[in-house]
Amino acid sequence: MMSDLLTVRGLTLATPDKVLVEGLSFSIAPGERFGLIGESGSGKSLTSLAVTGLLAPSIRPAGSITLAGKEIIGAPEKRLVRMRGDAVATVFQEPLTALDPLMPLGRQIAGPVRRRLKRKGQEAGRVAVAREVRSLLELVRLPEPERLIRSYPHEVSGGQRQRVAIAMALACQPRLLIADEPTTALDVTTQAEIVRLITSLVEELGIALLFISHDLAVVGQVAESVMVMRDGRMIETGPAEQVLTRPEDSYTRSLVAAARRFDEALEGQP
Amino acid sequence: MSAESTELPRRRRRGNATFWLGLILVGGIVLAGIVSFFWTPYALSDMAGGRLEAPSAAHWAGTDRLGRDLFTQLMIGARIALIVGCGAVAIGAVIGVATGILAAFATRFLDDALAAFFDILIAFPTLLIAMLVVAAREEASLGTAILALGIGLSPIVGRITRILTKQVLGQDYITAARVSGTSWGAIVYWHILPNIVPFLGVNLALQFGLAVMAEASLSYLGLGAPPPNASWGRMLQEAQGTVYTAPWGAVLPGLALFALVIGINLLADGLRDRFDPARRDG
Repeated sequence: MMSDLLTVRGLTLATPDKVLVEGLSFSIAPGERFGLIGESGSGKSLTSLAVTGLLAPSIRPAGSITLAGKEIIGAPEKRLVRMRGDAVATVFQEPLTALDPLMPLGRQIAGPVRRRLKRKGQEAGRVAVAREVRSLLELVRLPEPERLIRSYPHEVSGGQRQRVAIAMALACQPRLLIADEPTTALDVTTQAEIVRLITSLVEELGIALLFISHDLAVVGQVAESVMVMRDGRMIETGPAEQVLTRPEDSYTRSLVAAARRFDEALEGQP
Repeated sequence: MSAESTELPRRRRRGNATFWLGLILVGGIVLAGIVSFFWTPYALSDMAGGRLEAPSAAHWAGTDRLGRDLFTQLMIGARIALIVGCGAVAIGAVIGVATGILAAFATRFLDDALAAFFDILIAFPTLLIAMLVVAAREEASLGTAILALGIGLSPIVGRITRILTKQVLGQDYITAARVSGTSWGAIVYWHILPNIVPFLGVNLALQFGLAVMAEASLSYLGLGAPPPNASWGRMLQEAQGTVYTAPWGAVLPGLALFALVIGINLLADGLRDRFDPARRDG
């Protein structure tokens, strides 16, 4: 049996006066696509920040998070910096704010590329980095790489920005990719493209995926197994197909029913 | 799109006018300052003309009460003003940016302490702090004046840097950079400094104007660059007694001071409009 890439055991996150996440446990195997479902405020984004060791200082974590065999909770910042990028990378919800507005896109991708090449002891000269940046842009299927490398974030479309953000995350060659509501800020057509892109890339590159969303339909397309969260607790977990078609919990059932009604309304059926 | 395309060129043109006016004012004064190293109409302490002469072909800006050429003094004053302005802003920026970023990164306690420290220092007029520093040294000199003004400006720069840095630190792209394993040093160098410089730059230009005026005040009080340096502030002080009989002696250094301060501010605004990529191309 293969050991899990990410194991979360009894994770509790609390501020001095409020418990935000309580007793959360789940695990992701290498190459597995895992969906985390919940409405806003359910603690799903906090969970992803905890996995990368980026919680605000006011939030106290308890329990255990092991990523690639290393404990995250209580680890010194120096080890976390090395682990981020190497083991895990994140794509955020809003690509406009997740990119530095004053830095050309090419240079933003070049940063993690250079760090990765150095870490692996490979040649990290300008030519090698530029070649790598170009191949990453091709990997996320961005047209006109020459123009994009010199563009600033505000000069390209939302979908293109999110592709650049994905390229930045993949530049690290992580073993786990966290996608935190990566399609919420995009229009429906672009959403579908980004979801397809992420799914095919993680499959192609053999990366595990932690996909966070409130959108059941999107999660259903992406994930093999899912977990439903509410108010910081796990409600239901299991294979995506089972949870999303034959939910056992009443909350999940209401979510599924609401999503179905929404779809039917869109299609104009009774 | 159509609203933007009619709106933008007008804004661009206004930005350009600001930039060029600033460049002409500052450029003229910089040129005078540089030329003063190689050539002035007369030697600084040369009593070449009659007392309190009006501007003429021989003395373009007239003469002072000892018969010294005022245009010569204005040129050397330009040099001093620029040296003091640049020096003080450089010292103020180094101390201010370093402590401001430190405060933004520090623990809650150290941050509060530094912020309070900045506020207390700002509550004292820059000039007063500078006078204290000059008084603490043995004698007034150009170097002391620069150091004093630099220290006086540093809390203003520090406070702005702290606020700007905190703003940038709250942005998603900093989290994104951290998630991808960027060290804090690299984040400061690659993300924070470039993102605060456009705003800080305009403010530093403002501080430059303040420093030049404060130097004039220090010299006016006899705490600035001592003779044989000529300073616009000391020219103002010396012309004070004869302002009714020979007004040009006070008006001309005043105008020079005004032109430099206004010019620097226009130039900074223009530069920001030109080089800030988020403003460029809308």
